[in-house]
Amino acid sequence: MKYLYYPGCSLHSTGKAYEESVLAVFKALEIPLEELEDWNCCGATSYFSIDETEAFALAARNLELAENQSGNGHANLIAPCAACYLVLTKTQHYLTSYPDIKQKVNDALDTVGLHYEGKTNVRHPLDVLVNDYGLDKITKRVKKPLKGLRVACYYGCQVVRPFKVFDDSLYPTSMDRLAKALGAETIEWPLKTRCCGGSLTGTIQEAGLRLSRALLIDAQRRKADIMITCCPLCQHNLECYQDRINRKLGDHIHIPVAYFTQLMGIALGLSEKELGIHRLFNRPRFAVTAPKKGEPVHA
Amino acid sequence: MTTPMVEQVKSSTNHRTTKKAIVRRIKYEEELDHSFGEEIASFAYGEKLFSCIQCGTCSATCPLSHYMDYTPRKVIAMTRAGFKEEILNSLTIWLCASCYSCLVQCPQQIHITDVMYALKREAIASGYYPRRLPIPVLAKAFFNQVRKNGRNTESWLLVNLYLRTNPFKMFKEAVLGMKLLFHGRMSLMPDRIKRRNELTTILNAVKAREGAVRS
Repeated sequence: MKYLYYPGCSLHSTGKAYEESVLAVFKALEIPLEELEDWNCCGATSYFSIDETEAFALAARNLELAENQSGNGHANLIAPCAACYLVLTKTQHYLTSYPDIKQKVNDALDTVGLHYEGKTNVRHPLDVLVNDYGLDKITKRVKKPLKGLRVACYYGCQVVRPFKVFDDSLYPTSMDRLAKALGAETIEWPLKTRCCGGSLTGTIQEAGLRLSRALLIDAQRRKADIMITCCPLCQHNLECYQDRINRKLGDHIHIPVAYFTQLMGIALGLSEKELGIHRLFNRPRFAVTAPKKGEPVHA
Repeated sequence: MTTPMVEQVKSSTNHRTTKKAIVRRIKYEEELDHSFGEEIASFAYGEKLFSCIQCGTCSATCPLSHYMDYTPRKVIAMTRAGFKEEILNSLTIWLCASCYSCLVQCPQQIHITDVMYALKREAIASGYYPRRLPIPVLAKAFFNQVRKNGRNTESWLLVNLYLRTNPFKMFKEAVLGMKLLFHGRMSLMPDRIKRRNELTTILNAVKAREGAVRS
């Protein structure tokens, strides 16, 4: 099975560390990834606010390119960014359920000689690692178990909602199971899919910052050492605005927020540089040496 | 920041507030736009709009409902009833962060987030939205950038947004921007796709077709 990789715009800028860690982890697990050639923006939430059909056409071009590039037509397109993942899944879903939309989109694609059949499978790396590769195989490859590390797994909204592709919409467990497979502890956390504020932190900060704050405060109260996410925007919101939240709302928040692939890479024995850990503002401190037999490791 | 905007919206709609006079607070039947609900329901999955039972689960589950002028439940009721002006002028549709909590909890499986998208489109198309509100400006800037380059460059998008809404905010955000740049998390070079003509042709074909249907 061939996996194609769709980075999306965020992974080239604010989410640079996500791209680096995804590629490093997939390489370490020997899962070949091939970047989708000449991919375009998925449209995100903003494009849908202006023109729906154009937004579908924009996303469908990527799905079509994936179909072409995969050779046999059945492509597995991996989108690590939650917004890209949702927009591509949604487009795929709507084009299948509404033949008239598919017709409109295909008429537009036909003008440049493209045609979308509807065979592309949009996947999230979390889904691929947990369900395709398997937790047992991951556990076997762990070189530095993350013993004693209390992890808050934050899924955000758009990976699990509205489509229940691989996990529950309100209380998913894939990332928690993955963290446990790496030797870490996870906290019971009802807020794990509550909204972080999305783009509101840049537009209406009064509302956006308070949403992020609710998550950070609660993770800290539950004594998490680190928060891990699977979305570049969530990571940005939860990490970069901690100082501002402390200043404006008088809190004392200080918690590292990393990508789940970074945590995984550490456990697999990859270097911090490869995983882009140096790009985080609150640099988490991990145990740097492999544990001796029977010795607990504190991160 | 939210309060003055709410007042501004109210003052534009309640123009009959004379002292001690009997003030009518609701619209009469004939003042409503009865085709509005149908219009909004005409997009994909919108047809379910009319099966809403007004239980309020969406408002309860929405993490932003306490910032909204009309809660999501009210938005559905008012859209169906034809309160076009009030809904298109409301802050609610712009505060929706697309987290889809309402959709997964809704007992009638109404695609509320998509209803919000439809209302956003309608508001922008008919020019109702509050001009200085940054979200529609961001959406438009994003749209133009993607249409031109095929990809979005976050740094350019934000500079564009601040120039159009509040240039002073750029100085406030400069510290964070520098920090991101220093950590290699922001690029100043615009990101572009190779076959931009291909994309433009596709998008123009959609536009041409939609234009033909509308006229």
